[in-house]
Amino acid sequence: MFNRIFAIAKKEMRQLKRDMRMLFIVFFFPVVLLAIFGYAINFDVHHIKIAVYDQDRSEYTRDYVSGLISSEYFDLVTYIDNDDQIKKLLDEKIVQVVVVFPKDLSRKLLSKQEVKIQFLVDGVDGTSANVIQNYVNAATFSYSLQLTKEYLAVTGKQFYVPIDLQPRFWFNPDLQSTRFLIPGLMGMILIITAVISISLSIVREKERGTIEQINVSPLSSIEFILGKTIPYIVISLINATIVLLAGYILFDIVIKGNILLLLFGTFAFLFAALSLGVFISTISDSQQVAFQAANVTSLLPSLILSGFIFPIESMPVAIQILTNITPAKFYIVILRAILLRGAGISAFWDQLIYLGIFGIFFIALATVVDKKSKNK
Amino acid sequence: MNAIEVNNLTKEFGKFTAVDNVNFNVKQGEIFGFLGANGAGKSTTIRMLIGILEPTSGDALVSGYSIKNQSDLVKKNIGYMSQKFSLYNDLTVVENIRFFAGIYGLDGKKYEERKKWVLKVANLENMENVITSSLPGGIKQRLALGTAVIHEPKIVFLDEPTSGVDPISRRNFWDLINELSDGGTTVLVTTHYLDEAEFCNDIILINAGKLIAQGNSTELKSNYIKNPILEIESDRVVDSLEILEKEKWVGETSIFGNYIHVILNDSTINEQHIYQLLQEKNGIAVKRVEKITPTLEDVFIHLIEKDSKKNVQ
Repeated sequence: MFNRIFAIAKKEMRQLKRDMRMLFIVFFFPVVLLAIFGYAINFDVHHIKIAVYDQDRSEYTRDYVSGLISSEYFDLVTYIDNDDQIKKLLDEKIVQVVVVFPKDLSRKLLSKQEVKIQFLVDGVDGTSANVIQNYVNAATFSYSLQLTKEYLAVTGKQFYVPIDLQPRFWFNPDLQSTRFLIPGLMGMILIITAVISISLSIVREKERGTIEQINVSPLSSIEFILGKTIPYIVISLINATIVLLAGYILFDIVIKGNILLLLFGTFAFLFAALSLGVFISTISDSQQVAFQAANVTSLLPSLILSGFIFPIESMPVAIQILTNITPAKFYIVILRAILLRGAGISAFWDQLIYLGIFGIFFIALATVVDKKSKNK
Repeated sequence: MNAIEVNNLTKEFGKFTAVDNVNFNVKQGEIFGFLGANGAGKSTTIRMLIGILEPTSGDALVSGYSIKNQSDLVKKNIGYMSQKFSLYNDLTVVENIRFFAGIYGLDGKKYEERKKWVLKVANLENMENVITSSLPGGIKQRLALGTAVIHEPKIVFLDEPTSGVDPISRRNFWDLINELSDGGTTVLVTTHYLDEAEFCNDIILINAGKLIAQGNSTELKSNYIKNPILEIESDRVVDSLEILEKEKWVGETSIFGNYIHVILNDSTINEQHIYQLLQEKNGIAVKRVEKITPTLEDVFIHLIEKDSKKNVQ
């Protein structure tokens, strides 16, 4: 039995070696995805370009501005000295934010009056505008606090803050989106090597008629499928290692949890993904159909419905139910638990069961469909 | 003992009956020809006999095993090569051989021995590392047959193995089939080349799913056409045919190149009548009229036309 499985696996490897298109899908695609999601898609807002229209030109305004630009969030582009320039800078996207200090700022401060500072933000990109507003709020609040402290110190009174809010972000202290994206990326890359490549490789045998020769041989379906999947499991594990290494080298992500658990979870996921791939191969007659079917049922959902980018909790209930069509959904929960939180199996055992059910369901369905089609 | 025994084998696809209550036996070591037009049910029958299609009713014993209940054992004892070329085009010659040897569990010395044999029969010695897709059709066909029998099965099924192959390659391929048969292998081959049918020890003919004739080629020629056949060579083949078909004593006609074959209903008619009809009455120069023994083609055209007429009624 093992000899026969091995014969299939070896044949598959030899064919893959000569199939440039497949090699491209299997190895190059993941690298491209890694680059895109690692670098290009970044939900963090850094280095916001800012211009300052300072009509007061006092020590206060200088302090305030240096407070803003000392963080990596804001980069000071220029000082301006009239209203017309504001419009020009924002229109031409030279800056995203203009701060306007009123003329009488220092006089009002000294006479203990309330001061208004104007922030003009480019609101076209709503997400960035939101983030900018939060940063500005925080910066202004802390400068305001500093001024209050100084004032009270002069009058000799003790400063007292009733509630001191101190948020801490666990598992991802700097709220880096790459930390959050890497697990999803791994799921997506493995989906490609598992679902797409296995379904294509089986359907190709149908398309070219070579499956007939296999059907007549004493080879059982299980031996055939095992032989076919072994090379893709190896490739998937190689790809997973590449993604993890890249995550460590480029984005500083260390595996916090148990590496054996990670391997086990990955096997559970590959089982589910491969059985989906085998199912797709039984309902498709050409590689084109198989590729489309694999795309629609696995690649797109693993991007949109898996919780990779968009949180599942905020989706409508009907869509939340639909998210179960991608095994990546369960795998991402496991990966985030192991990679980011270092959690043990108690945190995700239910996901392993879902993956098991998913895999068994599609293998069973594939067997039924295959039996029916054979007698046609 | 028979290598294959087919009993009341039937396959229905919905309302359509592709194979209708077929019975025949194939003797050990013979070359058995399975003839019929496209869509007559040849491939469906073969697919049932090799265990990849379940019969609707009836059964067959292949090498002693039931195709219904023991298809796994059937598969171990047979080789199969289909009209659709089924080697891996993107593998080299030796990789194909190694793969098929692998799934039949051949290794070590046995593998080396069989590999040598396949390379020899396919005429591919010293060309083991050539990519299969670059081989000419005839060679590919021989390689496919070689790999199909790499595990030395007792019975081999060939489903239109020579369709689309040039005449010389077809001849070489049949040499290989004869070689297998001489070695004791039973060969069941479907074809629609009637010259190939002449090489077979036994022949069956099916039409619309039903078996309509069986026997060896001599039996077929003498048992199924009792009436005399005349071969006529004339100037104007088509005109002659039209004239002949109007006569009552003409049964069936068919054209073979420049010749016309006429099956007579009335055995008192002789060559002289033909000369009179064509030459004297219609002025068509007749070069030759001769009484012949029927060819297999005459027999099959006769049988299929008779059967089709019956089906229409």
